[in-house]
Amino acid sequence: MPDSAIAAAAPLESPGRRRTWLALMLLMAPAVVWLVGLIVLPHLELAMLSLRARVAPRVYEFSFDQYRTFIDEPLYWNTFVRTAGISILATFCTLLIAFPVAWHIAKVARGRVKSVLFVLCLIPFWVSETVRTLGWMILLRESGVLPRLLVDLGITAAPVEMLYHDATILVGLVYTSMLFMVVPLVSALESLDDSLIEAAYDLGGNGWSILRQIVVPHAAPGIAAGSIVVFMLTLGNYLTPTLLGGKNSLWFTEQIYAQFITRFNWEQGAAFGFLLLVLSTAIVWLGLKLTGQRFGDVMRRT
Amino acid sequence: MQQDLEVDRVTKRYGSQVVVDALSLAVAHGSFFSILGPSGCGKTTLLRIVAGFLQPDEGDVRIGGRSMRGVPPNRRPVNMVFQQLALFPMMTVGENIAYGLARRGVARTESADRVAAMLKRVGLPGAGDRRIDQLSGGQKQRVAIARSLVLEPTLLLLDEPLGALDLKLREHMKIELKHLQADFGTTFVYITHDQSEALVLSDHVAVMNAGRFEQVGTPQELYYQPCTPFVAGFVGANNRVAGSAVRVDGEVAELVTPEGLAVKARTSGVLAAGDAVEAFVRPEVIDLARDAAELPSAAQRFSGSVESLLFDGANSAVLVREERTRAEIRIALPQTGRFADLRVDEAIAFGFDPQRAVCFRAGSHAG
Repeated sequence: MPDSAIAAAAPLESPGRRRTWLALMLLMAPAVVWLVGLIVLPHLELAMLSLRARVAPRVYEFSFDQYRTFIDEPLYWNTFVRTAGISILATFCTLLIAFPVAWHIAKVARGRVKSVLFVLCLIPFWVSETVRTLGWMILLRESGVLPRLLVDLGITAAPVEMLYHDATILVGLVYTSMLFMVVPLVSALESLDDSLIEAAYDLGGNGWSILRQIVVPHAAPGIAAGSIVVFMLTLGNYLTPTLLGGKNSLWFTEQIYAQFITRFNWEQGAAFGFLLLVLSTAIVWLGLKLTGQRFGDVMRRT
Repeated sequence: MQQDLEVDRVTKRYGSQVVVDALSLAVAHGSFFSILGPSGCGKTTLLRIVAGFLQPDEGDVRIGGRSMRGVPPNRRPVNMVFQQLALFPMMTVGENIAYGLARRGVARTESADRVAAMLKRVGLPGAGDRRIDQLSGGQKQRVAIARSLVLEPTLLLLDEPLGALDLKLREHMKIELKHLQADFGTTFVYITHDQSEALVLSDHVAVMNAGRFEQVGTPQELYYQPCTPFVAGFVGANNRVAGSAVRVDGEVAELVTPEGLAVKARTSGVLAAGDAVEAFVRPEVIDLARDAAELPSAAQRFSGSVESLLFDGANSAVLVREERTRAEIRIALPQTGRFADLRVDEAIAFGFDPQRAVCFRAGSHAG
């Protein structure tokens, strides 16, 4: 009798508990396999690759050479800083454009109009990114639609080449990222109680002060979440800068691609990959610090 | 007497539906004015017109004698306490109260002094650094009122601010609101669907129904001299008896229900024999007696049996079925405890003075 009482009191030993535990493990298994197999293992491999140098055919030794090359070669440096800079700018532009859109969807539009607007934001994503980017090329290239229109309207004398500028890359990146900013912003703004805005207005606030003191603080986790996603996507984007920026786009992912594929220098490519990881982590961390937010709060909003 | 708020024949329509119907009202300086009505009667719309969130289709709102036509809410000398209070969760208590002051360009040091003084006056001294989610329901209420009163508005509008509180706290906050209003002397316009809040708090109450005022008066007038059947039925508990008038004798009319119950009551408005009539008898004006001879001589007498006992402390009542017509009547139990031993199905006599009951022509409304 006392034995069975003890057995019943030990929940981990009971068959019910064991079954729950097994179910939990089975449910988690795909995520664990995905995390370990596709993220942890490749990165461990990359880390090891990046920390060795080839001294003779098939002979490698431990070395920081790959990272030293990055520091010694200004081209790599410039590309690195440039990529970070344009990515931050693209994130900021996306936020500026997406905010009014999200505000309209969350607070102004009602019923059917709301879902239609949401679908309109989504529709470009039904087309593959390559096709969308090629669409931009058709619009912007020298013999394309927009330069032609400018000539017809008499604004420019001859067709202007609009591709292969930094601004073109920026436009492409913002266009690609819009949805990822709009979605978290809409959910953040929808949770803002309209009576807070009315109360602020009633107490003497005007549009600008309400935006700054009520709306933005409330939406801050959504803004941060959207910005993190957009920044990561932009920083790691390969197709848009390459197609719209041309040979001189100098995007860091192109450098990684070149090392791995063109030069077969996997060690150097791995080191670049790691540097990009460190860069994005550092910038996200800094952004959260500057705006006084916690990563956990932000991720709960996405 | 200076009128802090004058609403002049204001009309608001949504499509073909008239929500506020050519409504006029005046609220004297320093008074506590309530607008009482069932949900959907248009009281919130009226309040939002006064606050400036809605524009009236016709008519004008004057606050402190000044027309508010075209004046946006942030420029009106009016502040509003919202139903859900709408405190800013991203700010501390102090920042909430200082928000309006900052918008008016009050210097930081002066604003801090005024916030501290205001917190002390509403009984929350030193709470300026607390976060909103650290406050209890009653404290939030006080912060919401402090946030508005610190701006010294001509008029404070309150949109059912006690609705979200539990019963006990609501009773407590009623008294607190009354004290705050007396203390500050600011004119309060309060809207509610809870007649007890309106009666307890107000100097004057307007009973609103379907976009119009049925009656405006002191709580006592509304309770003892209702002008329309709606007011009689909405304010306080009442027994409603509908029938047709068989005899009108000066001030008193006699009506008979379809079931044959004959009731006499004081008339309100013009009545003629044959009119459809609604009579109202308050539970507390009906006397109970075990022996019909004990009833006052002026009373018309009935007999019946106890249907059920509704014990509620001082508000206890009994439902009695009239013997002949099976009409159900609610009668308040006297607080002397004389009928504490009453049993269901017990035979009982009851009666009331016709002067203390009131009857109207059915469906009549205020002019």
